[in-house]
Amino acid sequence: MDSVTPSTAPILEVTDLRTVFGTREGTVHAVNGVSFHLHEGELLGIVGESGSGKSVTVMSLLKLVPMPPAEIVSGRVMFNGRDLLKLGSSDLRRVRGGEIGFVFQDPMTSLNPVFTVGYQLMEPLQKHLGLSKAEARKRAAALLDLVGIPSAVDRLDDYPHQFSGGMRQRVMIAIALSCDPKLLIADEPTTALDVTIQAQILELVRKLRQELGMAMIWITHDLGVVAGIADRVIVMYGGLLVEHASVRDLYGNPQHPYTRALLETLPSLDSTRSKRLKTIFGQPPSLVAEPTSCPFAPRCQFAFDRCWKENPSIHTTNGGWADGRVSHDVACWWDIDQGAPRDDG
Amino acid sequence: MTAEMIMASDRQATSEPLLQVRDLKMHFPIHAGILRRQIGTIKAVDGISFDIRPGETLGLVGESGCGKSTTGRVILRLYNATSGHVILDGQDITDLHGEELRRIRPRMQMVFQDPHASLNPRMTVGSIISEPIDEHGILKGSDKTDRVEELLNAVGLDPKYTNRYPHEFSGGQRQRIGIARALALNPAFIVCDEPIAALDVSIQAQVVNLLEDLQEQFGLTYLFISHDLSMIRHIADRVAVMYLGKIVELASRDDVYGAPKHPYTQALLSAVPVPNPLVEAEREHIVLEGDLPSPANPPEGCNFCTRCPIATDICRKEDPVWREIEPGRHVACHYAV
Repeated sequence: MDSVTPSTAPILEVTDLRTVFGTREGTVHAVNGVSFHLHEGELLGIVGESGSGKSVTVMSLLKLVPMPPAEIVSGRVMFNGRDLLKLGSSDLRRVRGGEIGFVFQDPMTSLNPVFTVGYQLMEPLQKHLGLSKAEARKRAAALLDLVGIPSAVDRLDDYPHQFSGGMRQRVMIAIALSCDPKLLIADEPTTALDVTIQAQILELVRKLRQELGMAMIWITHDLGVVAGIADRVIVMYGGLLVEHASVRDLYGNPQHPYTRALLETLPSLDSTRSKRLKTIFGQPPSLVAEPTSCPFAPRCQFAFDRCWKENPSIHTTNGGWADGRVSHDVACWWDIDQGAPRDDG
Repeated sequence: MTAEMIMASDRQATSEPLLQVRDLKMHFPIHAGILRRQIGTIKAVDGISFDIRPGETLGLVGESGCGKSTTGRVILRLYNATSGHVILDGQDITDLHGEELRRIRPRMQMVFQDPHASLNPRMTVGSIISEPIDEHGILKGSDKTDRVEELLNAVGLDPKYTNRYPHEFSGGQRQRIGIARALALNPAFIVCDEPIAALDVSIQAQVVNLLEDLQEQFGLTYLFISHDLSMIRHIADRVAVMYLGKIVELASRDDVYGAPKHPYTQALLSAVPVPNPLVEAEREHIVLEGDLPSPANPPEGCNFCTRCPIATDICRKEDPVWREIEPGRHVACHYAV
């Protein structure tokens, strides 16, 4: 993945990120050596089921995981020429909400109920951009307008409970966008919302990306949402990055048995209806064990002896970036197209 | 079991509905002030009618707050309906009380949404599943133990787990325990209230397949409540779409998904993201404006008129009638043809 990169240098480069949690049952290996990067203006989707480590990965980027029990044991997060993991807490605070905006899953709990929406919008503007109160208020109103909240000026003095779920998520997006971030990280931003409201938010994000052109990381468990908005997609399973590809390659030609199985289990809305749903047998992994074998092996129909002994390394299945295409990477010992174990090399 | 299967197919042949719901309403009072005076009502379910035939699955879809869960609960008499009728096996159960009500309870059961909250953490799996059996005093001693084992087998769990506690199981396994409990009394009708919403994608398919197997095996009839339109398409024979306390469209699965008639159904279907980037890029999304109005203060005229892309003056004045536009195809919209 580090070979030639198209047009621009990445604005974010994550290398070998490892985060563990110390619990009474032992060490939980939540993120096991994840590497990825992001270019300007790109939208990277991260998909995975609960416990796959997708949230912990992005929380670790800004050290938003509670430490302890969490510990970032290794990794490098290069953003704007600096390693975020090496920054002190005051420098980090300048990045959080300033250069990198965050939208969390639950719009009901991520806004403070005792402060007005205007206050919460103006806070980062005053702190990060040093605007005066009057300037901040003006910009706050402009931001609410940008995210499609009607009569924005009047609503600045309202409290979060006076907004509906979809409107609250719009406010969260406005706050995240307030300081013109270079990167916006959205952690399951539409999961708590109804489909028709989700459609509104997706439409808004498409519009904002066109207007503002910031890079985005979008975490979700919904393969449908990612298909509609992402440029590239990462699939995570058991704390590992198992597949990475452009959105078309990933859905058109999935290379990891997990991705393939996951796409097959989904009932479809339009194509022929199968009599029975395909299933992935077994349970997601517990992550308490040291990652010494492929986490998907117990549920994989192709698993063979090597999968139980070695953690799979990342293989690039197309020409990769050198070809001018998005590299299609898969962490699997089995070559699903050849139907045979992969050659090393 | 064969006898049950024959019974099920018999019932299907006669096609006498197992459950009839007629103009069912469930209004919750809103109290406020120190005197707790009633200041309004939330019209959670506001006049719905439908039939469920034996052995079929009726899918009930809608967004949060539309009244779909309340519908399930009123039918099972977990709430007392404000007005209307629920008729099970030809018997009106809306006003049954005490012992009479208790006697029909085993006929209808429920599978709940959250498998973490619906199982008592202090009870073993065995006692959770045998509780309904004890309650209705059907089996005792070793017969009961055998029955619990049989049920665990039926839902794909190892019978040796009877002495374990719910926390020792994963979400999908807990949902299986909840299903075993619902099956304990040999019900005819089960309300599945978002049974897969709390589960991971890879586990959802397992539970849905189990529900379908059990339906075939025991001739069960389901009311399957969900907000997941693709899953409803898979599991349901007929689909009812709910909006703000009313059913706006009810038809066979293929009709609803193939050619939806109500503008809300059309918008809802177009809003579901499809896991295929090529399709997603081409597809037209109908993005509805605004939010769901409050069921305490529904708009005048058609409930959907505030967000409807084709609403006209008549929609803001007159509530559309619930009519059958083709055999077996019901819509409540002035403009549906």
